[in-house]
Amino acid sequence: MITTQNLTKKYGSQIVLNIEHLEIPKGQSFGLVGNNGAGKTTFFSLLLDLIQPTTGHIVNNEVQVDKSEAWKPFTSSFIDETFLIGYLTPEEYFYFIGELRNQNKADVNALLSNFQDFFHGEILGQKKYLRDLSKGNQKKAGIVASFIGNPEVVILDEPFANLDPTTQIRLKGIIKDLAAKQGVTVLVSSHDLIHVTEVCERIVVLNKGEIVRDIETSTETLRELESFFAG
Amino acid sequence: MFKHFVSLQWKSFFRSSSFGKGLAVRILMIFLAIYMLVSLVGLGSGLYFILEEVFPGVDPMLKVSEYVIYWILIELFFRYFMQKLPVMDVKPLLMLPVKKSSITHYILGRSSVSFYNILSLFLFVPFVIVLLIKGYPALNVLVWLFSLICIILVINYLNFIINKSDKVLIALGILIVGLYGLERFGIFPVTEYSGKLFYALYQNPALALVPLLTVIGLYYVNYKFLRNRIFLDASLKKKTKEAITSDLAWTKRFGSIAPFLQLDMKLIWRNKRTKMQFFISMAMIFYGLIFYSLDTYGSTSTIYLFVGIFMTGMFLSNFGQFIPAWDSEYYSMMMAQNIPLRSYLESKAGLISVSVVFMFLLSIPYVYFGWQALAINFACAIYNLGVNIPVILYFGSFNKKRIDLTKSAMGNMQGTSATQFLVLLPLMVVPSIIYFVLKTFVSFEVALLTLGTLGVIGFAFRKQLLDKITDAYRKKKYAMIAGFKEKNS
Repeated sequence: MITTQNLTKKYGSQIVLNIEHLEIPKGQSFGLVGNNGAGKTTFFSLLLDLIQPTTGHIVNNEVQVDKSEAWKPFTSSFIDETFLIGYLTPEEYFYFIGELRNQNKADVNALLSNFQDFFHGEILGQKKYLRDLSKGNQKKAGIVASFIGNPEVVILDEPFANLDPTTQIRLKGIIKDLAAKQGVTVLVSSHDLIHVTEVCERIVVLNKGEIVRDIETSTETLRELESFFAG
Repeated sequence: MFKHFVSLQWKSFFRSSSFGKGLAVRILMIFLAIYMLVSLVGLGSGLYFILEEVFPGVDPMLKVSEYVIYWILIELFFRYFMQKLPVMDVKPLLMLPVKKSSITHYILGRSSVSFYNILSLFLFVPFVIVLLIKGYPALNVLVWLFSLICIILVINYLNFIINKSDKVLIALGILIVGLYGLERFGIFPVTEYSGKLFYALYQNPALALVPLLTVIGLYYVNYKFLRNRIFLDASLKKKTKEAITSDLAWTKRFGSIAPFLQLDMKLIWRNKRTKMQFFISMAMIFYGLIFYSLDTYGSTSTIYLFVGIFMTGMFLSNFGQFIPAWDSEYYSMMMAQNIPLRSYLESKAGLISVSVVFMFLLSIPYVYFGWQALAINFACAIYNLGVNIPVILYFGSFNKKRIDLTKSAMGNMQGTSATQFLVLLPLMVVPSIIYFVLKTFVSFEVALLTLGTLGVIGFAFRKQLLDKITDAYRKKKYAMIAGFKEKNS
């Protein structure tokens, strides 16, 4: 589904990302872990063509992302709050995203009804603009918006941060479901090793821009990761 | 403790983002500030001589005293919009071992040296110096100045008290208009009494105690009020407005650009700065009155063409010059979402077109000044539609500066760079030159026809032009995303 080839990103003389080859098959739930500055967000930004690669390229479902925009209809993402439009209410935002992805209001409402639990009554019908919601609730709205329109690839940067425990557990269920039942390729980055090992079939560890581990998740994975990060 | 507060204040001033702005903008702002101060100082030092000449035989001091009442009321009125107590700044101090009473004194104290207070001094100090040179008794004059400083502070602290309700603002407005009316129609000589009142401050220095005690009293009221409200859920809470939603279903008839059109309309209506610009654009329809009511130009002067371009194109230039920076807060989302850049730009063009047509319709009453006025405005509207819309969209591709929509509208230069000044050239100057040359050497009708034809040609080729513009945006995409992320630019 997603193939990365000789990808590097340099700022000045500093190499922030250097991935020789990375292949993510369709329907995989893929986890990216690493310390601050490891290159997680850089990789996601390259994948979304928000920054330009210094060398190499990423091919998403046979579309080279920095050459064509054809990846946009089947790829959706939530990187941070800058993906939200502050002066819209959550509903308006969902409908707006829906329109961009050819979903009418009824489609969007049907999807949202599956997330009533997840929203915990704090998102819909609040008569508040997104900019006035708490960080955690903004995140919930952004994450759910990325599920609108049956995307084949979903990219979530640090989805667990800022969420309350109940929502974290629910989100884990949702992500597992997406990959296992609907064949969606889910890319998740996180600082939380426990969450990532629970959710992802495969975990890649980035360190200073390079892939240092590529693990099929098993019962041993968490310990392996912990010993790696303990240094 | 006080020393710490002063150093904090110092840093917040010199490290504020307005100091980090682009060189051109900074120079412009410094220039404007100097211009304003120089005019105030000039007025202050000239005031004595002007009054002496206009009202011979009357003590200029008395004349100034007469208008002090209006100055106070008008300044209160404007401060209502401009000055808010900066309570949010003290949030980080709350959990530090600082007494709440010192925090309160800090907020209130620092407001006394605010820009607004110092501004009036630039007028009064030169005036007082002139008085001293003219041989007025030094003690009386200096104490009078002291009283004025107290009055400035009274305005300052009174503003924080009345700032909490709109009703007071309306009352103030009515009071100003009412007093002026009473005066104007000879019912009650407001200035005479005001003159006596404030002239007494000069005649009898002991009376300076009155404004002084008023300041102390008002400070105390403010202190009492604020001291009990320095909590996160009281005065330090950000006010949130209830969201009013509307689905703007009628925009559906515009087809694929409808979602963007809705978004833009919500953008304009729900953010202070854009809303302000919308109102300014509307008000600009009266701009022409200034020139049309003067008979000095002749009915086909180039100035009218400039006015026409301006009136029908105010929204075009005000809103258009910051495309796509209006969307800068979420620009990376727009670029990662399933959005064809082309429809995005088409919707902006559509919105601006509607505004041009609307402004033209509003300008029809100018036909009162002769059919030429209508013809000029019509040609200008066509030119704006066909030529200026693609031009401003193209220049938009050079925008790389972020605009925070939540920031206030007053004097907000965020997002401004050299582009904003450069774009005025093709937008307003080029059509004026074309018109001037053709009108002078051929005829008025030909000049207007040419502008109209240019507009129609631009309109006919809009598809192709938009393709080119889309390409330009595509090329600048990464620079825009990076630029819009920089918060302090």
